[in-house]
Amino acid sequence: MLDLHGYGPRLLEGAGVTLQLALLSLLLALVLGLLAASAKMSRSWLLHKTATLYTTVIRGVPDLVLMLLLFFGGQMGLNLLTDLLYDRTGIDLFINLNAFAAGVLTIGFIFGAYMCETFRGAFLAVEHGQIEAGKAYGMSNWLVFRRIRFPQMMRHALPGLSNNWMVLLKTTALVSVIGLSDMVRVAAEASRATHEPFTFLIPVAVIYLMIASVSEWAFARLQKRYNVGFGEH
Amino acid sequence: MKKLLTVSILGAALVAGTAQARDYDHVRFGVDVPYEPMEYRLPSGELTGFDIDLGNALCEEIGITCEWIVQEWDGIIPGLMSRNYDAIMSSMTINDERRQTVRFSDPYFTPPSAWFAPAESDIDSLEGMAIGVQRGTLQDNYVTDLFGDVASISRYSTADDMVLDMEAERLDIVFLDYPVGKSTLLDSEERDYVVVGEMITEPKEYFGDGFGIAFRQRDEALAERFNEALATLRENGTYDEIYQRYFGEE
Amino acid sequence: MELTTWLNELLSDNLIFTPQTLGYYWEGLVTTTQLVFLSLLAGLVLAVPLAIGRSSGRRWISLPIYAYTYVFRGTPLLIQLYLIYYGVVFFDGIQETFLWPMLREAFYPALIAFTLNTAAYTTEIFRGAIKATPRGEIEAARAYGMSQALMMRRIILPSAFRRALPAYGNEVIFMLHASAIASVVTLMDLTGAARFVYARYYAPFEAFLFVAAIYLCLTFAILYFFRFLEKRLLAHLKPA
Repeated sequence: MLDLHGYGPRLLEGAGVTLQLALLSLLLALVLGLLAASAKMSRSWLLHKTATLYTTVIRGVPDLVLMLLLFFGGQMGLNLLTDLLYDRTGIDLFINLNAFAAGVLTIGFIFGAYMCETFRGAFLAVEHGQIEAGKAYGMSNWLVFRRIRFPQMMRHALPGLSNNWMVLLKTTALVSVIGLSDMVRVAAEASRATHEPFTFLIPVAVIYLMIASVSEWAFARLQKRYNVGFGEH
Repeated sequence: MKKLLTVSILGAALVAGTAQARDYDHVRFGVDVPYEPMEYRLPSGELTGFDIDLGNALCEEIGITCEWIVQEWDGIIPGLMSRNYDAIMSSMTINDERRQTVRFSDPYFTPPSAWFAPAESDIDSLEGMAIGVQRGTLQDNYVTDLFGDVASISRYSTADDMVLDMEAERLDIVFLDYPVGKSTLLDSEERDYVVVGEMITEPKEYFGDGFGIAFRQRDEALAERFNEALATLRENGTYDEIYQRYFGEE
Repeated sequence: MELTTWLNELLSDNLIFTPQTLGYYWEGLVTTTQLVFLSLLAGLVLAVPLAIGRSSGRRWISLPIYAYTYVFRGTPLLIQLYLIYYGVVFFDGIQETFLWPMLREAFYPALIAFTLNTAAYTTEIFRGAIKATPRGEIEAARAYGMSQALMMRRIILPSAFRRALPAYGNEVIFMLHASAIASVVTLMDLTGAARFVYARYYAPFEAFLFVAAIYLCLTFAILYFFRFLEKRLLAHLKPA
């Protein structure tokens, strides 16, 4: 039997942190991605440029560097802001960014840029005729979005989303470097203390593989659902 | 990039907004683990060590509650500046370079630094040696400035990483706070290690005046409360009791 | 000459970007470039036979290769790096072998981990490209009486390489970014240099924004290089 030298419960906790971190960042990334994709397709020059700057810069810099920058620099920037607020208005506010929140924000922010590209490509792939048909039926813009553009877009976006999710999941391992106790950090700490790296790192690798396999299965089912009416895809 | 930061900061405010008052009936300590026996974790995750016990005793003496927040060493001063915690109690040596940034309490412990190497090695010069230090420590600064050109220096996030690479024979010699080297290397059952050369406490610009608790510059009153409590604990024997717990001879 | 005096003047009132720290960044750039370039090269060399094997109809060849790519693509590179860096030490007596002088440095374990990782991704990229070979090309080769090996060498691989180019360009950029984790095993790569400067001067913005700008430039350089290659090699596929 696997002897975890008493690190078992913490390792399990770490797995929970990894999973929560991944899911919350995914949520944030989806929202940011949709917003940025709309901004990129909008007619406003400013919105378009801002979104382009966002996706270019984020995708040009390593995740770890962005994480170090946002994690260590983010709180400093935040304090400058609240200090300014205090000097100008006398409102004394202190906002504390904990490691978990910083992790979610950073990963969500990074993957928002990747999601943006996926969504944009998918929105552009929706046939224009379908949208016109919807309008001809007298549907409002919102209804067209909900009934036609969004589900059609999802069909095109799913493979990209699935891919982004897999990369995001693995990226969560980097938070161990900035000090958040995810399962990689607990495993690394335990390996050093007990001098048995394989005992801890291999089970963690297996957990990642399991999460990846379950996700693959889930995305395959979703794909099937959104492909209804399009035959095999 | 500024724009991006602002956006992320606004987002942060929405998600993680917890407003906090700036008077202290609760103090959060930043600490870097593992750094046995000063601060480390039991397998259960519970923090323990000389700093932890002394810090808790100080808080009790002052009559406030305290909490420990784990932070990697290389980000520990920025973490204080950015108010992730209110004080650092993590084997931090008081020196002039740091004094420009933080306010220190009176020294509570004064260990020397020392070179540690495997017992069978025969070192008479550091030239060409693989030297291990913890990133951003005074030992790092000292070794970088004095031997950066003649030796290869590996910088680690934690002291444990370094010990592991010492055992793997990736390093020839490491430079550490003596108590940490003692408990991680000299007391190791895997191999025999020895202290090479003298204990080192000079020059003061690197090795400073012993370990102190670091506060933000403006928290003078808080530092003063800790100084008074430290004096009391030294008088009433609590300090000695904690000292014996970690450094007493068996 | 003028440039150096100008540079010295510029740096004279700057506490963080001293000639010494710029030296660290420069060394970091060299280390990162070597690490990424060598691992990509070795990964590419490994990936070609692996991709051919992975496309093979014989399951005892393709299945083990699939297992390899599945594991290396399904787990974080950080874990792979830890396993190799700390793991090699646990082979008894490794310190006495001729390999040790290399494995002792952080550079080579990192190089091994990065190579195995990029080889796994590249194998799958090539497999996809091989699978997408138009049937007509294969039939034409058969009609010419080419052997399986000759067909692979003359027809399938050259056309697969071209198709794989855009995806491979992404992999190169991915590898550059992934290499940032080398600093966790003490390597002084670009990110390692930034972390050193940050820890010494408590200056996160300066230390990390500067290094981010360098990575951004490298990314663009790679991007334009692959655009140029695609233009040259894929010209015949462009609609006239």
